[in-house]
Amino acid sequence: MNAPTLRRRSLGLLLVTGLGLTAAACGESTDDDAGAGGKVAITVNGQPPKTQPFERKIFDADVAEFESTHKNIDIQPREGFMDPKTFSTKLAGGQLEDVFYVYLTDPANLIGRKQAADITDYVKDVPHYDELQPALKEIFTRDGKVYGLPTANYSMGLLYNRALFTEAGLDPDSPPSTWEEVREAAKKITALGNNKIGFAEYSKNNQGGWHYTSWLYSVGGNVAKQDGDKWVADFNNAKGKEVAQHLHDMRWTDNTMGEKQLLVIEDVQRMMGAGQLGMYIAAPDNVPALVNQFKGDYANYGLAPMPGGNGTLIGGEGYMLNPKATPEKIKAGLQWISWKYLNPDRMESDLKRYADEKQPIGLPSAPPNAAADIWTGSLREQQTTLKTKYATVPVENYQSFVDGLADLDKKIEPPNAQQVYAALDNVMQGVLTNKDANIDQLLADAETKVNAALAQVK
Amino acid sequence: MSITTVSPPRRTEEPATPAARRPGALRRKITDNLTAYGFLCAALVVFALFSWYPIVRGVLLSFQQVNFVSSALFGIAWRNTLLFTGLALIVGFAVPFAVALVLNELRHLKGYFRVVVYLPVMLPPVVVAILWKWFYDPGPGLFNSILRTVGLPPLSWLNSADTSMLSLVLVATWASMGSATLIYLAALQTIPGELYEAAELDGANLWQRLRHVTIPQTRFVLLIMMLLQIVATMQVFTEPYVMTGGGPEDSTVTVLLLLYRYAFTYNDFGTASAMSLLLFIALGAFSALYLRLTRTKG
Repeated sequence: MNAPTLRRRSLGLLLVTGLGLTAAACGESTDDDAGAGGKVAITVNGQPPKTQPFERKIFDADVAEFESTHKNIDIQPREGFMDPKTFSTKLAGGQLEDVFYVYLTDPANLIGRKQAADITDYVKDVPHYDELQPALKEIFTRDGKVYGLPTANYSMGLLYNRALFTEAGLDPDSPPSTWEEVREAAKKITALGNNKIGFAEYSKNNQGGWHYTSWLYSVGGNVAKQDGDKWVADFNNAKGKEVAQHLHDMRWTDNTMGEKQLLVIEDVQRMMGAGQLGMYIAAPDNVPALVNQFKGDYANYGLAPMPGGNGTLIGGEGYMLNPKATPEKIKAGLQWISWKYLNPDRMESDLKRYADEKQPIGLPSAPPNAAADIWTGSLREQQTTLKTKYATVPVENYQSFVDGLADLDKKIEPPNAQQVYAALDNVMQGVLTNKDANIDQLLADAETKVNAALAQVK
Repeated sequence: MSITTVSPPRRTEEPATPAARRPGALRRKITDNLTAYGFLCAALVVFALFSWYPIVRGVLLSFQQVNFVSSALFGIAWRNTLLFTGLALIVGFAVPFAVALVLNELRHLKGYFRVVVYLPVMLPPVVVAILWKWFYDPGPGLFNSILRTVGLPPLSWLNSADTSMLSLVLVATWASMGSATLIYLAALQTIPGELYEAAELDGANLWQRLRHVTIPQTRFVLLIMMLLQIVATMQVFTEPYVMTGGGPEDSTVTVLLLLYRYAFTYNDFGTASAMSLLLFIALGAFSALYLRLTRTKG
């Protein structure tokens, strides 16, 4: 082989190798602790996608405003929220954001796996931390150490169709407050005919287990309890059976839950949006979804507290910090979270800009951040006053929900929630799809599975 | 057009002794193929990074977590998967073959019916699943409407643990029978017509011709298709994932669905990897049998 040919081939080899190295380098993070000018650069997720232009505009404006008032911090926003499919990979690969979004079901596992930073020493500098609801703070706390901050919260309630209530001769301003009243109202709505369904319930994709848990809490039951250091199932008892029997009777004795089962949230929202459904259990954020995605009307929907009067399931979201983050990044991250999400000083301006854009204000939950049900005491009162002032939806339709919430025991989701819910899906499916369901057997089978799931809790 | 291969001119140098020749030959071989090795390297790196490395990591991960075997759902998932495979063999194996026999006998509109049979293959699997969910709706669904029209009681279809699995098999069969039918049809058309003529002269009826001519003549294709179908149906995922979520009462939880739950709902990749390894071993056995059969035939 002559020299020019060899050189050409060597060049080819170099080119290929170079391309390969470039491709490999693309996957590496180039973030430094300190950005230009000695700034602390932090990556944060929670940036809404471009398909939600209004929410994204708000987020980006907040980033710009924060950076203008915090000259030493450079916020590098990232799209996306909590995605279990990629979380561990991102963490291992150094791609996890410094400040990352979590659902309230996530912290227990993340803390157990040491996948979140211990922020105990820094949280004293977070303003108003003491005025956050204790039950929410507890979710991010283990053995006295703090690992994150709650930023939004929802409580389950009874969402009902006011128009159908009126049509069925029921008073829409006096929604059912017990499960027996729900049952009676469902009968009247179903009796309207024309494929009207009184009450619907989820039973698939772990959503059935989630709602069975809500039912249990509402009658004073529990899904799991602590037995020494361990968690064990706590629903194979009179409370668990009462709930299952009630659902079974509504489905098969009253025939008020429709024939189609194995429903998920989108199915039920579609039924409600189409005006075919009377009631279902939901969090307040379902109301704008019904209006925006299913062409519903705010005037037609009312929210009542969970029937049963004992308790309600709460959920929501918060932020945690990357376990590999430096102290400087943790401090900067906490400043961002407290400024954007936990900031009473921005409460009025936040509500006003949403109201100016005709966004729903007055629902008992976020968005906007300022409406998040996370505060106690005077901050809570301040929030209620401002929400009424800037309301763009019929606040009175949710008043019974707000009034009733104070009396309910607010309970968080069980540990290892998704596995627990998967097991409880079967109880829901059993009573809703099998007229001859053996409830004792269903509960016993689910108990075995739930105990196996809870045994993995660290 | 013909392609003529020309042998490269032989080198005229005197052959060196083996000891002296080897280093020079190796060097020449490497330099001659330098660019090719470069491009090969790129492909190897990509495969290693995105295909082989995850496989190795998956196998390693699968030995970190072993507590799932005692889980009741693990046994249920395997039982359901084998039930699906068994039902798919009975329904999904017989139906395309029968359809191919009918298509083979058609004298008119052959092309039209072949297209009709093949059309469902062109639909995305998720679209098929959502479409059939509407067919199966126990209220105003297509099938129950037909049953009511002819005076029969409606069925629960996906809403009953007794009928849910069979319902999924029907969906999978409908969606995939087009390809199998065309392959059977091709096999049927290779059977010499004289064999049927001889059988008819011997007084063989339709069933006897099918049993003694058609099936023996297509048995190799039938066997291969059966093995491929076993491998494919044991990986059933889309139908239960979209249509039933594994319910009612775990009656349609399959191995792949359970594996998906462990990996992407519970974030437990160790268990998911171990389960996928077991499935890999099971499928590997059938694949090995397939390879052995095709090699023997070749």
